[in-house]
Order: sequence, then structure tokens, then C-alpha cells
Amino acid sequence: MSTALAQNRGLGAMIWDYLTTVDHKKIAHLYLVAGGFFFLIGGLEAMLIRIQLMKPDNDFISAGLYNEMITMHGTTMIFLAAMPLIFALMNAVVPLQIGARDVAFPFLNSLGFWLFLFGGVILNVSWFTGGAPDAGWTNYAPLSTVSPGHGVDYYVMGLQISGAGTLIGGINFLVTIVNMRAPGMTYMRMPLFTWAVFVTSALILFAFPALTVGLFLMMFDRMFGSVFFDTAAGGNAIIWEHLFWIFGHPEVYILILPLFGAFSDIFSTFSKKRLFGYSAMVFATVLIGFLGFMVWAHHMFTVGMGPIANSIFAVATMAIAVPTGIKIFNWMFTMWGGNIKMTAAMLWSVAFIPSFTIGGMTGVMLAAAAADYQYHDTYFVVGHFHYVIVGGVVFGLFAALHYWWPKMFGKVLNEKLGKLAFWPFFIGFHLTFFIQHFLGLMGMPRRYWVFLEGQGLEAGNLISTIGAFLMAIGTVIFLVNVVYTSVKAKKVSGDPWDGRTLEWSIPSPPPHYNFTQTPLVRGLDPLWVEKSEGKKGMTPAEPLGDIHMPNASILPFLISLGLFIAGFGFIYQVDNKAWLILVFLGMGLTLGSMLTRSLKDDLGHHIHKEELEKDLEKGAGE
Amino acid sequence: MNNQSQTPQQKAEFERKQHKEEMKQQVISFALMILFTFIAFGMVLLDIGSVFLVPTLLLLAVVQVLFQLYYFMHMKNKGHDMVAVMMYGGLAVAILTIITFTTIIWW
Amino acid sequence: MSHDDVLNPKQMPHDPEKATLEGKNKFLAFWFFLGGETVLFASLFGTYLALNRSTAGENTPENLFGLELVFIMTMLLLTSSLTSVYAMYHMKNHDFKKMQLWLGITVALGLAFLGFEIYEFVHYIHEYEFTFRSSAFGSAFYTLVGFHGGHVLFGLCWIVTLMIRNSKRGLNLYNAPKFYIASLYWHFIDVVWVFIFTVVYLMGKVG
Repeated sequence: MSTALAQNRGLGAMIWDYLTTVDHKKIAHLYLVAGGFFFLIGGLEAMLIRIQLMKPDNDFISAGLYNEMITMHGTTMIFLAAMPLIFALMNAVVPLQIGARDVAFPFLNSLGFWLFLFGGVILNVSWFTGGAPDAGWTNYAPLSTVSPGHGVDYYVMGLQISGAGTLIGGINFLVTIVNMRAPGMTYMRMPLFTWAVFVTSALILFAFPALTVGLFLMMFDRMFGSVFFDTAAGGNAIIWEHLFWIFGHPEVYILILPLFGAFSDIFSTFSKKRLFGYSAMVFATVLIGFLGFMVWAHHMFTVGMGPIANSIFAVATMAIAVPTGIKIFNWMFTMWGGNIKMTAAMLWSVAFIPSFTIGGMTGVMLAAAAADYQYHDTYFVVGHFHYVIVGGVVFGLFAALHYWWPKMFGKVLNEKLGKLAFWPFFIGFHLTFFIQHFLGLMGMPRRYWVFLEGQGLEAGNLISTIGAFLMAIGTVIFLVNVVYTSVKAKKVSGDPWDGRTLEWSIPSPPPHYNFTQTPLVRGLDPLWVEKSEGKKGMTPAEPLGDIHMPNASILPFLISLGLFIAGFGFIYQVDNKAWLILVFLGMGLTLGSMLTRSLKDDLGHHIHKEELEKDLEKGAGE
Repeated sequence: MNNQSQTPQQKAEFERKQHKEEMKQQVISFALMILFTFIAFGMVLLDIGSVFLVPTLLLLAVVQVLFQLYYFMHMKNKGHDMVAVMMYGGLAVAILTIITFTTIIWW
Repeated sequence: MSHDDVLNPKQMPHDPEKATLEGKNKFLAFWFFLGGETVLFASLFGTYLALNRSTAGENTPENLFGLELVFIMTMLLLTSSLTSVYAMYHMKNHDFKKMQLWLGITVALGLAFLGFEIYEFVHYIHEYEFTFRSSAFGSAFYTLVGFHGGHVLFGLCWIVTLMIRNSKRGLNLYNAPKFYIASLYWHFIDVVWVFIFTVVYLMGKVG
């Protein structure tokens, strides 16, 4: 890692470097650290929830704090942990997989990160200023519109700001994948991870605006006296539910699809086989993305939309099982007859298949609208979505981090510790959530602060809590592994796994311009194509020449900081109009920085041929 | 157009002609848009109490918007394939959203 | 391409807005953004359609809206769309002065539109006591039309900034894409307005 280099230049210089960087690889580091931090906070909240539910009539935390805990656990895990960790992978890998020197908009990439971070910080500041949001992560009106204090206001401002960052990131990756592919990298030669990121970004583009509008309406109702959700003045609380889920259901595909892509790459690499049914996998990914927009109302079966609407959404939901099934079988066929190497990354991936399939199966059960009246808002639902989100997304994140860690940091995560982290987490995961399906079927509602004695719920809840502790142990071992690896492990070559795709054709970590010469892609799994013809690396598509790179800038940080400041102004101007000063200050900073960006020409800089040749001599280009 | 013997002046001349042609189409579409607007406002002002009134108004709006998109914003030109994919994608979600809000909410 | 080439107004190819990779990226990204904006406005339209009869016994669309004002506003915005087309026509012919002139007319028309809209809102508030808070219909109306008005305001600031920033140095490959996407934005504002005058005002009058 760059620690030695950083010590030479001093800590201040390194911090400044990260504040102003527009390099997608460094932004990936930022996303990883920030997302990892929020993951730990969300995990801590989960542990407190499980301790509270360890025994009947427990009073470990108060009822109000429990509501804040479940709200913040869900919100943090979805928006502040899973999303940024996925963005970390997208940033670290996608430009390398398509043979690009950076993303299409490096400046916006940095802006997206800082918006997300400041949004996440706003949300968590609420813990220290009189109470976190407490209306559930879905924030249904009218519970949210009448929630006292400022908790829900923090939810609105935090998600609005970080949501803007996500939207920017989504557009950025769409354009990157359309416009920045290396010569020969046709759509049907793109690695599955890149394909999944493409579809995911399109989902972000179409899903987040609905959330933006929902949050604006919520903000107007809570802070400026409008009556969208106030039935007394003709408002309609169902509008929030629809807007939230028009966004919210595509959101779960936004979370899982990139990891489907990562699994595809991992299975193929460690089975030493080309992915089985590549075009079917691409088709299934697109189809899941498409269907993902037609199913949101299955979250609202009990609202009273009527039998016709319920049936339509039930059928559409069940249809998603088909492309997902295609994927499950293709992964298994990829492994079948392959030369399988059970690395830690592969272990997480293999474990994902049965775990996720259980989650998918309970999903089809929940999709049956009539049966859903029984399951709705019980622990059955909690069990279901944790099976898909933990069994799919979190397993996927661990697998992908093990797989791409050497590309990001130049060192392979310790395999023994990796497997040691896997087993307690895997066992703990099933202990925690499998039993919750049965608790739900026995009638235990979700979001309740306590359960009563003598209703047969004690054993199940205790087992669930024990499982949660095992998951925590697994996470801690993974963190130990990260520290251990960065201190002890030796640097590895650019291609430790005998990889198949373009990112493995360059050094680890890659030089900041990624490719000394843009590679020429001659087929699916481009590096493997070259390897099978006995070549060492990629054939360049261009002569060695000057490389154009973007300039670093502090403006993205300032734009986001301005919105952060203005956010507090919006929240507190309800109490005292003097707080509007913060709105003006913050928006002034934001708009001023945007204006600066617009007025000052920023043409980037060139890296000269001579420098590249020097780098090549040092072995950076291999 | 890719004729090697073409001089730069000829090429510029050709492009100017092309732009002029396009401009003509755009002025025609503008005239049609103004006409549609007149028809729409006229129908409402004259109080035509027909069941077809609202569908006609919507149809006129849609055609106007297509003129905007395809002529004014050049979606008819080459190199707009991905643009069309994403615009129609957005449109699909938009239509679903509007159908939802006019059918399956509580009244 | 070196920086000098990009900033040199003499070297202008056929489609200056898409001649550089940066230009191509901006062009595509902005269209994608408009795809997202479509969903944003659809959500607002949906909300409005769900709430436009929820008047809480107060002002209804029928007694509020006057079509004369809306007709003038529509004409102003439609014409501004054509003038920005003219501006882009001159950009493609590398005639910077005429482009600036037509953009100036576009801005003037946009300002007039905005002025009428502000007048309309003030009129409703003072004459009819119809506000953001008086009913769900009020909240939805001001939010939908106000979002559009906010877009108009932002578009005006954007175009004016571009005009002033580049007034001295003329057209080049660096700023051509910026002018082009600003004009796309302006057309999109018009697209939204077409649905606003149809769905909110005309259909509101019909009942």
C-alpha cells in the first residue's frame, strides 16, 4: 500500500490528496472505508436489537430507543453500508474491466462520494441531537409526519443528500460503460460484473427520482406546512408508500445485481472455465432489471389496492424467479466439471447459492398475495429479506472483497483467516435468520420492542441472538484479516488468481492512469484469450503516447459541505427562523462552488511519454 | 459526402445546406406545435363537452412532445440509440407511476 | 487532442458538441439525466393527479385557473424553444454572435414566462387565499408547477452564465457541448410545460 509513500509526504498531504482526488481507484478506497464504517455502526445497532430480544419482556433498551435502533439499522445498512460498498467495487473494478483510464466524469465521481458521506453523517448526527429517526426505514406516513422531534427530519435530509450522490454515480457509470470501452470490447464481451453495473446504474437512474420526490413531499409536510399526507386536509398517506416502493423495490435489485455480476466473475475464475451461458446471464440480468420496476406494490398487498392490482403484482413478482433461476443454474453449470479452487472468495460464493435460494423461495411464498396477509409484517418477512440481503449482498461483498482485494491494494487477504471468518458468519447467519421464519409463522410481529413469556417464542429468539453474535465474531475476524494482511502480507503480482478479464492484465495496484497503452480486446474473457494463445499480456491498441488525465479538485467536497450545512438549517428553521442563516450560508457555498466549477476551465493534464517509459522501466507496466 | 475530391469549402457548403434543411423541418414542427396548442385551448374554451375531449388533449400533448424530442432535440438524428433506450426506459417507469397514482391509491 | 486545439475557435468540426470524448460523455450523460427527470416529473404529476380533487372544500381547479394567462405563458415558452433551436443552428454553422443573440432572446422569453408565473402565484394567494398549505390540491399544485418554475429559473441562470463566461472568447470545442446540453435542458423544460398546461390547466378546466 501507499503507506510508506504517505509517511514521506506527511499525513496532511495524504488527507488533502484524498479530499481532492478524482481517481476512481482512490474514490473506491474512500467508499470502502466509509461504507465499512457505516456497516460496523449498522451491525452494532443490529446487535443491540438482538440483545433486547434475547429474552421475553427484556428492558435492555427503552421502547423509544428500540424504534430508533430498528430505523437506523435498516437505513444505515441499505443506504450507508451496502450501497457505498457496492460503489467501492464499481469504482475499483469497472474502469479496469472495460480498459478505460478513468470513469467518464471523474469530478462527478468524487462529488457523488462526498454527497453520500455528508448525507450519512447528517443521518447519524441525529443520535447526538435529541433522537434518531424512529418511523422505520420505510418511514411510512402518517407515523413519520407526526413523529415528534427532529429525527425524521434528519432522515429526510440525510437521504436526500446521499441519494443525489447515488444518482450522480449511476449516470456516471452508465456513460462510462457506453462510451469508454477499449477497442474491441463490444457489449457482448463485457464481463458480467460490468454488465450488472450497467443494468444497476440504469435502475438507479429510474428509481432514485421517485425517492427524491417522496422525500421532498415529506420535507414539505414536516418543515413547510404542506398537507400531502394529512388526510384531514385531503392528503393521502398512500402516496408516500407508493413513491417509497417505486424506488424501494428497484433498490433491492440495485443492491443484488452487482454482486450477481461479481459471483459470475468469481465462479468463472476459480472454476477455470468460461461462464456457462454468458448470453443467458446477460439476458437474465436485463430481465431482472426490467421486471424489478413492475413489482413494487407487493410490499403493499395489505393496503387495500383491490384483488386485481394484487394479482397483477403477485404474478409479476413470481416471474422474477425465472431469470433468477436461470442465473442459479448457470452458476452451478459453470462449476460443473471445472477445475475448482476453493479460495475464501469461492467459499463465500458457493455458500451464497443455497442461502440466496432459500431467500428467493420465501420471496415467492410472500408473492402469493392471499398468503401474504398472513406473513405481512411478521418475522417471516424479516427472515426473508435478511436471507436475500445478507445471504446475497453481504456474502457477495465478502466474496468480491476477497477476490478484488489484491487488485485494490496489491496484497492477497490471508486465506486461512478468510476461511476462519467465513464459518462463524455462515453458521451464525443461518442460526439468526432461519428460525425467524418460524417465529413469524408463530405470530411474532416485526418491529415490536418486547415479546411476552409463555407464547413459545423464547427459544427461537435466543437462538437468533446467539447467531447474531457468531456473525459479529466472523466480521471481527475479517477486520483482523485486513489489518494482518496490510501489515504482514507480501506484495503479489498483478494476476494472483490467474484471471480472465482485463483488470488482471495490469499491475496491482494499478498506476493512476491504469493502462499504459489501451488494450485491444479480441474476445470474451480477453486476458484468457491472450493467455490461451501463449501471450503474456494484452496486445496494445495504440502506440505509447501522452495520456490525458483529469485534475484533482476540492470543489466536490465544498459542494457537499454546503449542502450538509444547509441541511441543518432546513431541519431547525422550523423551531427558529434564525436557522435560515445556515440555509443561505450552505446553499451559497454549494452554488458558489458550482459556479466556480462552471467558470474555471478545467482541461486536465497530460502524462508525458517519457514518464510512462520511466514507469515501465520500474516494472509498473510488467 | 466522404468523397475524397471534396474541398473543405465544398464540405462546409454541404453542411450548411444540411443545417438549413434541418432548420426548415424545425420551423415546420414549430408551426404545427403552435397549431396544436391553439386547437387544445380552443377545444376547452369552446366548451366541447365530449368524452373524447380529454383523450384528444392528451394526444395533442404527446404529439407536441414528440416534435420537441425528435426535431428540436434531434432524437431523429444518428447516434441517439442509447438516448432513446434511456428516454423510453424513463417513460415506461413514468407511465407506470402515473397509472398507479390514478388507479390504486385510496380516494 | 492538445488543450490549444480544444480552446481554438478556428478548428471547429461538423458537430462541435460531440467532437471530443468529453463532449460525447456530456451529451450522453445529460440525456440520461433527462430520462431520470422524466421519472421525477411523472412522480410529481402522479401526486398531482391523485390529489387534484382533494380541495378540502376550498378552491377547485375550475374556479382558480384562467386560461388567458396560461395561453400567453405557453406561447412564450414554446417560442423560446424555437429561439434556442435557432441558437443551436448558428452554433453548428460556427456563428457565435448570432448564437449569443438567439440565446439572449431565449432568456428574455424565459424571464417573461417566469414573471407571469410569479404573478399567477401571487394572484392565487392574494385573491383566492389559495396557498401551499390550504389543501392537498394546493400543496400538489404549487409543488408540481413550482418544480417546473424552479427548472426554468435554473435554466436561465445556466444559459446566462454560459453566455457571459464565453462572450469574449467565442465558440470552441470545450464550450460547444455546454451550450448544446443547456439547450437540451431548455427543450425539456418545454416538454414538461406541454404536459402541465394540458393536464393541470386544460384538464382542470374541463373537470
